[in-house]
Amino acid sequence: MSTSGESGRVSTGAGTNTNTNTNTDAARAAESTLDRPLGQKNQPRGGKTRRVKQSLTSPWATFAAILIATVWTIPTFGLLVSSIRTPTEIRSNGWWNIFVSPSFTLQNYADVLTVQGASSANLGSYFVNSLVIAVPAALFPIILATMAAYAFAWIKFRGSGALFVLIFALQIVPLQMALIPLLQIFSQVLGISGTFPAVWIAHTIFGLPLCIFLLHNFISQIPGEVIEAARVDGANHTQIFFRIIIPLSLPALASIGIFQFLWVWNDLLVALVFSGGTADVAPLTQRLAELVGNFGRNTERLPAAAFISLIIPLVVFFSLQRYFVRGLLAGSTKG
Amino acid sequence: MSEFLSDFIAKFGIMVTGLATFAAVIGLVLFLADRAPKRGRDFLQLAIFVGPSFFLLAVGLVYPAIRTTTLAFFSRQTATGADFVGIDNFVWMFTRPEIVITLVNTLIWVALVPTLSTAFGLAYAVFIDKAKGEKILKSLVFMPMAISFVGAGIIWRFMYEYREVGFSEQIGLLNQILVWLGQEPQQFLVNSPWNTLFLIVVMVWIQTGFAMVLLSAAIKGVPVEIIEASRLDGANAWQQFWNVTVPGIRGTLVVVVTTISIATLKVFDIVRAMTGGNFETSVIANEMYTQAFNRGETGYGSALAVVLFLMVMPIVIYNVRVLQQQKEIR
Repeated sequence: MSTSGESGRVSTGAGTNTNTNTNTDAARAAESTLDRPLGQKNQPRGGKTRRVKQSLTSPWATFAAILIATVWTIPTFGLLVSSIRTPTEIRSNGWWNIFVSPSFTLQNYADVLTVQGASSANLGSYFVNSLVIAVPAALFPIILATMAAYAFAWIKFRGSGALFVLIFALQIVPLQMALIPLLQIFSQVLGISGTFPAVWIAHTIFGLPLCIFLLHNFISQIPGEVIEAARVDGANHTQIFFRIIIPLSLPALASIGIFQFLWVWNDLLVALVFSGGTADVAPLTQRLAELVGNFGRNTERLPAAAFISLIIPLVVFFSLQRYFVRGLLAGSTKG
Repeated sequence: MSEFLSDFIAKFGIMVTGLATFAAVIGLVLFLADRAPKRGRDFLQLAIFVGPSFFLLAVGLVYPAIRTTTLAFFSRQTATGADFVGIDNFVWMFTRPEIVITLVNTLIWVALVPTLSTAFGLAYAVFIDKAKGEKILKSLVFMPMAISFVGAGIIWRFMYEYREVGFSEQIGLLNQILVWLGQEPQQFLVNSPWNTLFLIVVMVWIQTGFAMVLLSAAIKGVPVEIIEASRLDGANAWQQFWNVTVPGIRGTLVVVVTTISIATLKVFDIVRAMTGGNFETSVIANEMYTQAFNRGETGYGSALAVVLFLMVMPIVIYNVRVLQQQKEIR
């Protein structure tokens, strides 16, 4: 590779990057800040070969990379293969034998999903529970947090700074600190322990501090002129909120919403404490933890059962990876 | 099937009702704020925007945190209430061998997981930087981050599964590899103290992708000019890495290590799903749950939660300060 060629590519990269940064569109500008909330400088976005090939990409490095990738993928791949083998095969030998004696069945999936009865996995119900829990538990905190973030960013009031710092500081509190008293409130004061609303409210509370903080970062960067102009036209806070804040924040809402959704979907602890643990309310994770607790008896069901719980996260991950990564980068300090 | 369908419709109904109620309440108060009389409107609108979050956090997080701290100094709750026991719960924690093991295990976790995940993540990020198929290679290692800890636990239960020799073939890949190599198969999750290490492997497997994605972004942010300059000065790849790349991404490294440390201190699901905390593998978060919710020992459980809080707090504060500094530099 020649030096001139390298510098040519470098300048292209830099040019594109400047373009993104100087874009005046409020959403785009703020989006680009959210894209690297952890302070990477001049992180180029989206391009394929922005910079020069380095000497570090030696054959050995490539070999090591492929080795790591293989080792990291094999466990999940093995489970996927197991899930399409017959129950007898799962019990009698390892999944790699499928390459010797190929077989394929979806019976395991049908069994764990639809068979009813006390000893069956009954995952159909739990799957529905997971959905019924995760959708509101992702929407509620996002909406409440957007409102609070707007107030902190654009309504001037005394003590606003201190209050915001307080909410931010709440991220320090691990949710283990809240479990016992909150359960007492739910069961003794409200009488809703073991119902969907209890799980929704718990997730909403635990998600709020981070959602408020992240959305505040975003909403406070919406250009002041836009909001000023609306105010001059006589719009009040409610109107500004619906006509300006929500539409301009949609990309951020999507990222943080997806992340909160997956967080709730994958959660076990909150579910264990607040859902009551029955097929009426408890999510997939809870049922899976139960099934794996009796590994010997459920060996042939577990691969299919686990994959059913992984489907939604994997679909979200592979189809919305861009949003997912952004939400993850932003949400990495979730308590 | 019809049973399932009616179940589905009933639950779906609850969800729609919940969403509709929420939307109606929020919509109504915002509408009222919109139509409020001029006098006091500012305050009313402010209260409506901040009030709900503030109320929920006060009742659901601040009050519980204070109450848990108080409960940590009381005995278990009975019908007649609880007795003040001073620091007995903490003394119990540090004198009962099985709880001391739990504390030690947590320290082992927090020493190993951030180090190993960051090391693997950094190495991988460097190896695949600008390699062919970088995106796919990234996805493969990053994927475990999207799935639940319980799901990961099941995946690895199958990796570690043990069958007695002569009873049946091995169905766990790792034991099969041992057999192929002519070794005795191992009960990976039963034999203490090594079983804790095998649980840690699962967490490292998950967190490496996280470290890799953040560090990869940071590596791409190191100015090309400096790398070029160092190469012109005759630095080899290894020297470039240690003297240019690592200093250039130090801030991100700190954030990655602290973030993974926080997640590791609070790890619960993996232990719960894989060993249930048996065979001397318990950690604080799991023990807290067991004491508080399985045994009804609210005092012990609260004390463990307080210890967890004290361990997490300094790391979170440090993490936040680093983030803040980075923001100022930017």
